[in-house]
Amino acid sequence: MDWIQTFNLTVGVILDPLTAAYILCAIGLSVHFGFTGLLNFGQAAFAAVGAYGMAIGYLTLKLPLLVAMGFALLCVVVFALILGVPTLRLRADYLAIVTIAASEVFRYLMATSAFKDVTGGSNGLSQFGYDFFDWNPIPVGKYEFGPFSWTEDQFWLRIFSFGLVAIATLLVWLMMRSPWGRVLKGIREDEDAVRSLGKNVFSYKLQSLIIGGLFAGMGGIVFVLSMSNVQPQTWVTNFTFMVWTVLLLGGAASMLGPIAGGMVFFALWVFVNEILAGMSNMGWLPFLDPAQVGQVRFILIGLALMLLVVFRPQGMFGNKKELRFNG
Amino acid sequence: MTERFSLYELTTLRMKRMGLFFAALVVFFTALAGSAPAQAQSPSTGVAIHTEDKTVSQPTLIGTVKNDGKGVAGVKLHVTGPGVDEIVTTDENGKWQLVVTNKAKYEVEIDIKSLPKGVTLRDPETTTRIADVSVTDKAAVLFPLGKSTRVVQSFWDQLLIRLFAGLNLGLLLAVAAIGISLIFGTTGLNNFAHGEMVTFGALMGWLLAVVFQLPLVVAGLLTIIASAAFGYAQDAVVWKPLRKRRVGLNQMMIVSIGFAILLRYLLLMFFGGETKVLSGEYEAVKFGPINTTVTSIWSMVLAVITLAGVALFLTRTRIGKATRAVSDNSALAAASGIDVEQIIRIVWVVAGALTGLSGLFYGLQFQATFQTGSQILLLLFAAVTLGGLGTALGATVGAMIIGFVVELSALVLPVDLKYAAALVILILVLLVRPQGVLGKKQRIG
Repeated sequence: MDWIQTFNLTVGVILDPLTAAYILCAIGLSVHFGFTGLLNFGQAAFAAVGAYGMAIGYLTLKLPLLVAMGFALLCVVVFALILGVPTLRLRADYLAIVTIAASEVFRYLMATSAFKDVTGGSNGLSQFGYDFFDWNPIPVGKYEFGPFSWTEDQFWLRIFSFGLVAIATLLVWLMMRSPWGRVLKGIREDEDAVRSLGKNVFSYKLQSLIIGGLFAGMGGIVFVLSMSNVQPQTWVTNFTFMVWTVLLLGGAASMLGPIAGGMVFFALWVFVNEILAGMSNMGWLPFLDPAQVGQVRFILIGLALMLLVVFRPQGMFGNKKELRFNG
Repeated sequence: MTERFSLYELTTLRMKRMGLFFAALVVFFTALAGSAPAQAQSPSTGVAIHTEDKTVSQPTLIGTVKNDGKGVAGVKLHVTGPGVDEIVTTDENGKWQLVVTNKAKYEVEIDIKSLPKGVTLRDPETTTRIADVSVTDKAAVLFPLGKSTRVVQSFWDQLLIRLFAGLNLGLLLAVAAIGISLIFGTTGLNNFAHGEMVTFGALMGWLLAVVFQLPLVVAGLLTIIASAAFGYAQDAVVWKPLRKRRVGLNQMMIVSIGFAILLRYLLLMFFGGETKVLSGEYEAVKFGPINTTVTSIWSMVLAVITLAGVALFLTRTRIGKATRAVSDNSALAAASGIDVEQIIRIVWVVAGALTGLSGLFYGLQFQATFQTGSQILLLLFAAVTLGGLGTALGATVGAMIIGFVVELSALVLPVDLKYAAALVILILVLLVRPQGVLGKKQRIG
């Protein structure tokens, strides 16, 4: 087993743009679930709306890339309104089912061949990210920091994506210490009490859904810029469940929870894969075909999600008193 | 009937009802055996799945293009995906294979012009399919060939065909949806791992009927027993301890999501990722414009009998009445002497058996993979929510509505949006009548 390679891959994924994408989605989910108590199981759709919004804005509407990103966030707001207005009055478990259904509907709409000219159908879209790398202010070269080794484009992508993570975390921190944030936490703790104080609970929930959705939309944008294509199969329900695992691992109602959760999650994800693949290749795991290693990781995710929710619902950083599942 | 009575007399009151349920299923499957030969053969048209070449560990896309049971040579397929843009041609047996390096999803497009004359795709609108080798090392691609049947049908013929297909799907969903509904009613749990019970039934059926070559009646019965045991085990290992810990319902819902992922990939490890063909020869039956198979007819008949049986069980038997009492108000039920934990155990066993049976029906009529259940899970939730969460009869009504919506939507919408149509209906119904069609108003909360 190549320990140096295992170490480098494990550490390298911590600052991967895809990790940042999941962290952004988890920050959004922390606003929805951690602070407002909304059981949103459609986070994949918010990310997908951001991703497709940017790609379609750039390719079909011929907007400049920066404007296309703005257009993507506008699409997220519209999607949050369409999703939130009918559903936010529902009980928590209904909301979970409806959001998951809505995210699948959106994925089917993107994958269908009927709108192939705009969405690319099941092939998805690509060739929209070149301008992003034209903005790159970093001189051409190879950049090495300890175990990290990036080209100028990789470096730029990481600065951009983790910059967004930092901004999002700062915004959430500012919002949650404001009176507005206290109302959200009040809704999480006792909706009726907040209502009796004359607050419009529905409106606050809708605002929370939009703001959390915007962070997820940014996550989607980072995701597809990093992959340089957008495909409908990315935004399956498993994407949402991975975001949930990231959030619950870190701590749902904490500022650093999503960041720590995302980094630890993906470091473990890569580490377990490398260890299992290495052991399988050396014949230590006779029952495990090398091709099955990827399957074992999903089994472990499922197990981790179950154990976390039961035994440590507050995650690594959360405060147990701050966590309400409303049920 | 003798079977039924021997079981009836031997068991205790509680087991009597369960025995009755299984004995009734014995009768069903004896009937099924008379009609459908159980030998596993590839369907006479379309593409057969080949599960040999177990040694290949690199991601491989495979497929066979067959028409009337014979391989079609020289058909060109265009495979695109990460790092791949290749055209493959079928050999003299109609087989093709492409080894790829990346574990990813690939798109396979069939070149209609390369098909022999007089042969087209059965579904001419779908020329591209996705082959997913991102988690498994092998993916089979199906392109059913045959005479194009779509062009000649009038609207009314199509409507009839779709109504029949909708009835079929609705009945199939109903059998599984009742399980979700019973579990939700008695425990308050939205069980996202329910889809895996469907998959379990389908894959067990495949294991017993195709791999072990058991007669279909025996395989079906053993599948139902195994599914019932699976339901019992889930409650005993996961849910009962969580109830004892007083874990919140929404927490339990997230646990069930983790459990679903765990089970899905365990099933993948045990059974492999290939598409399984459960059914033997498809004996075709024709009513007017409707083309169907004997297997489909029998599974529909059995589904109706099962649903009627469940309805009688819930309304006429002591256990059934107790189940409804627990659903209504479990504290009150406990106070009036009903053993709530016992009822919940029975509900899990019954739900496991029903859902496994539904998976078996699904596998026999369509095909089964490790994702079969998770793909229809949202339809099941849509059915249960439409009918009103926690009402078993409502779930049946909801499942029928969803079945018809899915199939009838194909008359006006592209086929690949038919599941989306059902989910949109779910969202719309929640907008105007959140308690569902048969639900009680206080349930919305």
